[in-house]
Amino acid sequence: MKDIKFYGTALPGLEIEPYSGKLIVIEGTDGVGRSTHVALLRTWLESSGHAVLDTGMTRSVLAGRGIKNAREGHTLGRLTMQLYYATDFADRLENQMMPALRAGFVVLTDRYIYSAIARAVVRGADPEWIRSIYGMAVVPDAILYLRVRSTEELAGRVLGSGSGFDYWESGMDLGLGNDYYDSFVAYQKQLLREFDRMSGEYGFHVIDASRPVRRVAAELRRAVAKVIEEEPLTAAKEITKTEPPEKIKPSVTPTVKESDTAEKVKSA
Amino acid sequence: MTRVTIAQMISYGHHRYPGRLFVVEGTDGSGKSTQLALLYQWLKAEGYPVFFSEWNSSPLVKDTTRRAKRRRLFTPTTFSLLHATDFADRTERNIIPPLKAGAIVLADRYIYTAFARDVARGCDRAWVREVYKFAVKPTVGFFFRAPLDVAIDRIASARPTLKYYEAGMDMEWSDDEEESFKLFQGKILDEYDHMVSEFGLTQIDATQSIRVQQRQMREIVGRFLKEKLKEKVVLPK
Repeated sequence: MKDIKFYGTALPGLEIEPYSGKLIVIEGTDGVGRSTHVALLRTWLESSGHAVLDTGMTRSVLAGRGIKNAREGHTLGRLTMQLYYATDFADRLENQMMPALRAGFVVLTDRYIYSAIARAVVRGADPEWIRSIYGMAVVPDAILYLRVRSTEELAGRVLGSGSGFDYWESGMDLGLGNDYYDSFVAYQKQLLREFDRMSGEYGFHVIDASRPVRRVAAELRRAVAKVIEEEPLTAAKEITKTEPPEKIKPSVTPTVKESDTAEKVKSA
Repeated sequence: MTRVTIAQMISYGHHRYPGRLFVVEGTDGSGKSTQLALLYQWLKAEGYPVFFSEWNSSPLVKDTTRRAKRRRLFTPTTFSLLHATDFADRTERNIIPPLKAGAIVLADRYIYTAFARDVARGCDRAWVREVYKFAVKPTVGFFFRAPLDVAIDRIASARPTLKYYEAGMDMEWSDDEEESFKLFQGKILDEYDHMVSEFGLTQIDATQSIRVQQRQMREIVGRFLKEKLKEKVVLPK
């Protein structure tokens, strides 16, 4: 169990009670492979018996659709956009992440407040202002930051994914370049700079994402394992003398019997 | 710092525009909207370019707010932030551009409404003020003060049923709508009373007759008007 810690002012009406879940953030600029890695981590965690909730920007019940519609029109002002995202975040924090953490889930979040802060600051928001709005955020158990070596590499990945450049992800609203490519590279460079600035401030665990997916995934798994192992190990200290280690936490990691696997295969 | 193309966010009190911004505030039933409508007619008749800006009017946010109210999705924090989003859109679209162009903007409810309601719902006072730091400081902020029982009587006679959030039912202070509404409005009024000196609001006694209140309002607004403001302003849409 762990006490909830907020970056700033706590959410009103929230009981400050210890929670047993883990909040793990996957951060990084556009095209760095965050969603791929979240999916891989989820499968891996579930297969070892952890209940997982994954969430990400604009996935709130309250504001997700509104933001998507507003982005379509390209008439979204900067302040409006930043506050819309903050609304989306707060809704997911209160209605998805907090309940899951209380229930002992591993919460994997694709981006957290850091992306929102970086985007806002690059768009001229007062860095103090945007940070205090996100003071309501819970301090995560780990911030795994996927970092690429160059923004040109990101552009290649975005194109490789087949979806092409997005208006907002290319920072087209900022007028940084003559076309989507130039703008994307210039915009992502500025974002990278903001992320680097935040790295020490918030204690990012930096992971070199320019390597093959397999290697990045392995490093992510090691980092996550460290976070989720912490608690059972300390709780089990007294028992270790009398019992073999594999029997310490049977409820957390159930051993999969052959019959179970067979059933799974059938139902799949 | 190499942020070239972007202007830093300007905050409350630091905006300098040729236009004028007059806002009305007060609890539900204080009669502020009536007063603002009368002021609007007068300014138009006098030949000033006037624009109206209402609370909860952003086309980008309206649907989300409506749906959230209907499905009761709000917490105090998201209620606060979504209203701030709406207000940001109003500021960027309907308040700053006319003020820059030298027009008169009249706002029915402003940031003080948010401060009163959100704090009554338990949001942190300092946090809510920080969220709205980007707002333009009004030329004059009128606070129409009606004692609680007067305001409640007016609302009760004007509307058959109270809305869920308007009555503060989300706070679960009471199962009885009317009781909840009274409690909520009482807390809101306390917040307004604190804000009069904090933000230098101009208090108008809302128990006076409509004509007397309007005379006082026009006298105060008149101090900030100049013939120059009547010159045609051209606005984008």
